Formats: sequence, structure tokens, C-alpha cells
Amino acid sequence: MLAFLVRRLLTLALTAWLATLVVFAVLESIPGDPALVMLGTSAQPEAVAALRVQMGLDRPWPVRYAGWVGGMLHGDFGTSLTYARPVAGLVADRLAITLPLAGLALVLSAGIAIPLGLFAAGRQGRAGDWAVMAFGQMGIAVPGFWFAILLILLFSVRLGWFSAGGFPGWEAGVGPALKALLLPAVALALPEAAILARITRTAALDTLREEYVRTAVAKGLPRRVVLRRHVLPNALIPVATILGLQFSFLVAGAVVVENVFTLPGLGRLLYQAIGQHDLIVVQSVVVLLAVTVVAVNALVDIACAAIDPRPRVTA
Amino acid sequence: MPNRQRRTALAITMGAVLGLAGALAAGPVLAQAAPRTDLARTNLVVGMRLEPPHLDPTAGAAAAIDEVTYANLFEPLTRIDAEGKVVPGLAEKWEVSADGLTYTFHLRKGAKFHDGTDADSADVKFSLDRARGADSVNAQKGYFAAIAGVEAPDARTVVVTLSRPDGLFLFHMASGDAAIVAPESAGANKQTPIGTGPFKFERWVAGDRVVLVRNPDYDGPKPALERVTFRFISDPAAQVAALKAGDIDSFPQFDTYEALPQFRDDGAFTVMVGTTEGETILGTNNARKPFDDVRVRRAMAHAIDRKTLIDGVLFGNGAAIGSHFPPHRAGYVDLTGLYPYDPDKAKALLAEAGLPDGFETTLRLPPPIYARRSGELIAAMLAEVGIRVKVEPMEWAPWLEQVFKGKNYDLTLIAHTEPLDIDIYGRPDYYFNYRSERFNAVGAELDRTQNSAKRNALYGEQQRILAEDAVNGFLFMLPSATVQKSAVQGMWVNRPIQANDVTGVRWK
Repeated sequence: MLAFLVRRLLTLALTAWLATLVVFAVLESIPGDPALVMLGTSAQPEAVAALRVQMGLDRPWPVRYAGWVGGMLHGDFGTSLTYARPVAGLVADRLAITLPLAGLALVLSAGIAIPLGLFAAGRQGRAGDWAVMAFGQMGIAVPGFWFAILLILLFSVRLGWFSAGGFPGWEAGVGPALKALLLPAVALALPEAAILARITRTAALDTLREEYVRTAVAKGLPRRVVLRRHVLPNALIPVATILGLQFSFLVAGAVVVENVFTLPGLGRLLYQAIGQHDLIVVQSVVVLLAVTVVAVNALVDIACAAIDPRPRVTA
Repeated sequence: MPNRQRRTALAITMGAVLGLAGALAAGPVLAQAAPRTDLARTNLVVGMRLEPPHLDPTAGAAAAIDEVTYANLFEPLTRIDAEGKVVPGLAEKWEVSADGLTYTFHLRKGAKFHDGTDADSADVKFSLDRARGADSVNAQKGYFAAIAGVEAPDARTVVVTLSRPDGLFLFHMASGDAAIVAPESAGANKQTPIGTGPFKFERWVAGDRVVLVRNPDYDGPKPALERVTFRFISDPAAQVAALKAGDIDSFPQFDTYEALPQFRDDGAFTVMVGTTEGETILGTNNARKPFDDVRVRRAMAHAIDRKTLIDGVLFGNGAAIGSHFPPHRAGYVDLTGLYPYDPDKAKALLAEAGLPDGFETTLRLPPPIYARRSGELIAAMLAEVGIRVKVEPMEWAPWLEQVFKGKNYDLTLIAHTEPLDIDIYGRPDYYFNYRSERFNAVGAELDRTQNSAKRNALYGEQQRILAEDAVNGFLFMLPSATVQKSAVQGMWVNRPIQANDVTGVRWK
């Protein structure tokens, strides 16, 4: 187990380092002078030159790369060129929106999908099953942004229950902040729930065919109790794996939903930073996302290995 | 079967989780709705397309900085009013010496910064010296280039001496770039701005909004609004939704022109269309073949149907121009009739220039929607006379780098939004690659001239020179559309400067 852990952590570090190299190289090769972007079309050349020096852009790339990676190891992610603020602070501000959003979406997604999946498995081939499968199919097929726009049109424009987007900030209170996150979380959760419901259904059906379930049924336990006590816990293993994967996907993939709802989350920060040529922010956020995805995958692997040692031995 | 019923009920309950959550969350919304209809409303939510990168107008070119801070938070010595005139700012009056080289400013007596310190002549001297200093990163450093020295003989008086006459000096001192800041707070203005204006900074929710509150210690007239929130919404569909949902009270610079009719038809909203300083031009590289031939440039001018362009891009909202000058400004000369739409004339001019079969060229377009749409239409119009245009959409940073700075382009399309910026045609290294002794001679005379009638005549002469030389394709002025709730009063209709001056806004 220890060797497995060490191997997994080494892979993680190597991936992170490769990510910094690739991201830096790609951004370095894109044309565009950040100082010029900041000062605009009427800028005097000497002001642009002064700003370049102030931003450290006049230094050669190996120096800037080493400075960036070295800083990150000490928790210093550099200073945003456009916002003139430490990137770590910017990212923390944005994570304070994206993480609760992803968490809320995950809870909604699981809260909808697991009961629906179990319900469908319990009545395989009947109308209820068919309805859940149809919901699943639709949820997978409908693009998230389109669904988000429909939600805004219905709940904000037509009914006036919610703001059409934006975020009042956590300092405005937990209630208003959560309210601002609810519609985007639903928009994020439904496509995920559609996938998850189908997986839950399949997992439950597989478990239903197991010997011990037949035994339980033969013992005369009511179907409902069999589903809850014997099927659900075992079916949850594949469901949890998918949930773990979905979390990293939600964090990284919230870009579209954050833009439709003008939520100032991490995805939108990345989107804006690319537009403004704020290289240090783009670099740091991309590396952060890459590390998060790799780390979550590693955690899922480690958790699975701890639960069931067989794959670890064969791997 | 009771089990089935129970399970069905469970599924329905789960499916309705969203509905319930929505209903629960709706409570606070309905509770908030009450003060919205209150007659004495004193808060305002202003929509903006872009978020300012920071809030220091003296350290960045982004228009969004001025759109939040100008006249609200920060005051320059002089100010631009809603009509575009220079009016008193932090200086309540001033005198100009006969030779146009000495400006004496008298500051308002009770002016204070938001941190409670006096705004005096030392702060003005600090601000001007900082802007023109060697390590200044002021985006409009050129505005301060003529200053030879700044003296502060007493706390309320500032004497600025120029090394050469500058006819636009008072105008430039009214820009956000010339805002007066204090030495002790200047360094932190990007995040926590401290100015002398009638509003002070409250908070900034990064990526979403900046909130200003009324400054109780302001020495001038108190604004009617107690709180102003600037919300940043870049997506056109989201802008429309935010207005319709009632999140936004006023959205100036609303450029989703196709949505204007639906707001005009809705009694809850008012749509105002005014002018900006944004001359939209078909930027032409005058140094490149075949554009170094004036006949080719004139042929292009004849080949562009401005009416169709304005209808197609701005849905009819916007004025045609014939030179680089806005029609609403004194000194404007109407030159739109100089090159009427005439494809045959264009073909004849091309043939005269030795290009009877036309030629191939590229048009590099920056991201704004007006540029992309205009570019496609112009490519089609030029194709009619044999000019085969390859359209190349670009992102903003590469456009600045390659087109604007590198001058590596044939044609481009952009609105020049700086006020009174006809002088860019006199800059030797500007991206049009245009040189004209005649134009520069008039420019030199403008700098020596204070008399406004004489200045306007000189501006007219400059416009004629540019139109005759057909330096660029002069297309239209970007309109300034404002969509707002009908009860909002006092927002600027025109945009003589890029600002959302809310000091005079109130609810009806």
C-alpha cells in the first residue's frame, strides 16, 4: 500500500510539473503584449515600455518561468497583470463561488439521480423506468448553456423569483448568496443527474442479480427494504466513483454556466483572463485545475484501493 | 399496491426538490420587491459591459475605470459635463495667460478626500508631477507632455506653466487620467480608491459589482442617490435578461442594438440613443500598396454604402461621418457627401490607378461586435467593385500587437473613442502610416490658438484634409444607447467622455 501511495504521489508531482511547462510554453508562443493591452490604442510607446519593466515582462523567459514555479512552491502565484492583485487572492475569491456552486450541484445531482435510478431499477421495463430513462436521455442531449438560458427565462424574466445572474458576495449574507447559486447549480446538476441516474439504475440492476439479494428476497423481505438495505449500499460504489470524477468536472466545466449566469467564479476568471491576456492568471488557474483533476483522480484510486485491494495487486 | 404509491410519491417529491427550493428562495425576493416601488428610491444599479481591471483612472486606459470612477469618485481640476463642455472640477475657476503658457487654478475651499484629509494644491502638484514623471504609467502621458512646471504658491492656488501652447490643455486636464489623488493614498487607489468626489468607494465583489455610497462630507451639491452599484455583464443575452428581470435600473452603452425595439415597445423601459466620441473607421495602411495611391482610397470610399452599413450593424442607430470628427461637436464640417455611394465611380478610379481588375487584400478585425459585423458587410461591398477582401477575425491582444503596434495589416476596422482625437493623424508613427505637412501645419496652429471660433475653423480645415486624402474609410459614429427603467432621470444621453456620471441621477 505504501509503495502504491508513493508511486501515485510521484505521478501527481510529475504531472503537475509537466502541466506548468506545457502551459507556460503555449502562452509564451501566443502573440500579444499585456502592457499594450492594458494601455490601449492611445498609449504612448514610452508608457508601454515603463509598464513592461514594472510588470517584469522585459526579463527573459527562463527567469520568468523559474520565478513563477518557484513562487508557486511557496504559495505565491504571482500578481495579476490586469487586476494588479495577487493571483492567490483572486483565485481564492473565485473558489469561494465555484466550490459551493459545484458542491450544491453535486448534492442536487445525487439527490435527484440516486432515488430516480433506484426507482427505475425497481420497476425495470415498466412505465416508471421508461420515464426515468427518457429523462436521462434528454438530460444528456440538451446542452447545459441552453438549459441555463431556459431557467433564466422562466424563473427570472417570466416569474421574477431570481436575479438573472450575478453574485452579491458572501458578505451580503448566506441566504442571498445561496439564492444566487441555486439556478446555476440546477443548470449544472441536471445534465450530471441524467448521467448519474442511468449509472445508478445499471448498478442497482447488477446488484439485484446477485445471489445475496435473491437470498434476501427469498427470505421474504419486502422489495423496498431489499432495495434500501442490500442493493443501495453496493450499488453506491460505482456511483461514488462517478461522483468523484464529476466533482472535478464540475469545477473545471462550470465555465459555460458561470458565463451565462455572469457568476464570478473560477471558470469566468479564466475566460476573462484569456481575453485580457493576463498570462500569469491563465497559467496559474490552468495548472491549479490540472492539479485538482489529477489529485481527485488519485484520491478516487486510493479510496478504491483501500476499499477493495484486488485491483492494486494486479495493477 | 401501497408500496408503489409510496415510491411514486417519493419520486415525485424528489423531482420537485427544485420547485420547493425555488419557492423557498422566492420569499426574500418578494420581500425585497416592496422598496423597489417606493417613490423615494435612492439606490441605483447601473449595468456595464466590462469590469474595470482596477479603480485608478490615472493608471490604466480601460474605459471601464472611468465609467465607474469619473466625477463620482475622482475629480480632475476641470470636468467634462453632459454636453461635452469643460466646466469646473476640483478647481472652481482658472485664468490663462495671454501667451497661453500659464494656467492659474483656484481650488474649491472645502474640498476633502474621502479619508478626511484636505484636497489642496500640494495634492494637485503631486498628481500632475506623478502623471508626467519618468516612471509614469499614465495611459495618457502625452496629455501632460507640455507641462514645464507646477507651482503651489498657496494651499488653494496651483500655477501650471507650459513649455509650448496646448489648445487642448483644459480639455485634457478634465480627463480621468488627470484625476487629482493624494500622495498618501495614491498607491492603494487600484483597490481602495480615495478621491474627492460626491461618492465614495464601499466594496468590490470581484467579477460582479462595485458599490459606491454617497459621501456625506462632500463640499458641493449632494447627489440624490445614496448608493450606486455598477454590475458587470458582458454577455448580450444576459444583459437583456438582467434588464427584463429588473436586476438593472439603467444600462448605458447598451450595444445589443437588435434588442432595442423590444425595450422601446415595453412601457416599463425608456430607450435613449445619443452620440459618443467613437469614430468608426476602415483603418487603412497608407504606406502599403495599393493603398499608398489616393485614387484607391477614394475608390473604396465610393464603394461603401454607409446607409446599408448603419442599418445592418447598428439597426439604424448611428450617424454617418465623412471625416474623423463627431457631428455633435462644435467645429464639425459635414463631409458625408464627398464620396457618395457609387460603385461605377469606384471601378473607374481603380482602373485609373492601374487596377482595372481590382486586387486582393486582407481585413483584420478586432473582437467588438460592431467591428465584426461591419467587416463582413464592407468585404461584400468592396467585392462589388472588384476588391477581394479576406476577412481575418482576431483577438484583442494580437490585434493590438500586430495591427496597432506592428502596423502589419492592409485594412482593419475600429472605433476611435478618445474625445477630440483628430490629432492622431499628426503622429508620425501612428498605425495609419499617414503623413501630411498640410495637416501638421494646421495642427501646430491649433496648439497656438485659444479662441474657440478660430479653433473650430482650424478643426474644419483638418477634417477637409483628411477627407480629401481619404486617409481611412470614414464610416459612422458609434451610438450610445441607454436602456433604463422609465423612472430613472438624469443619466447622460450622449457620451462626450467615457463616464457614467451619476451625480445628477434621481428617481421620478
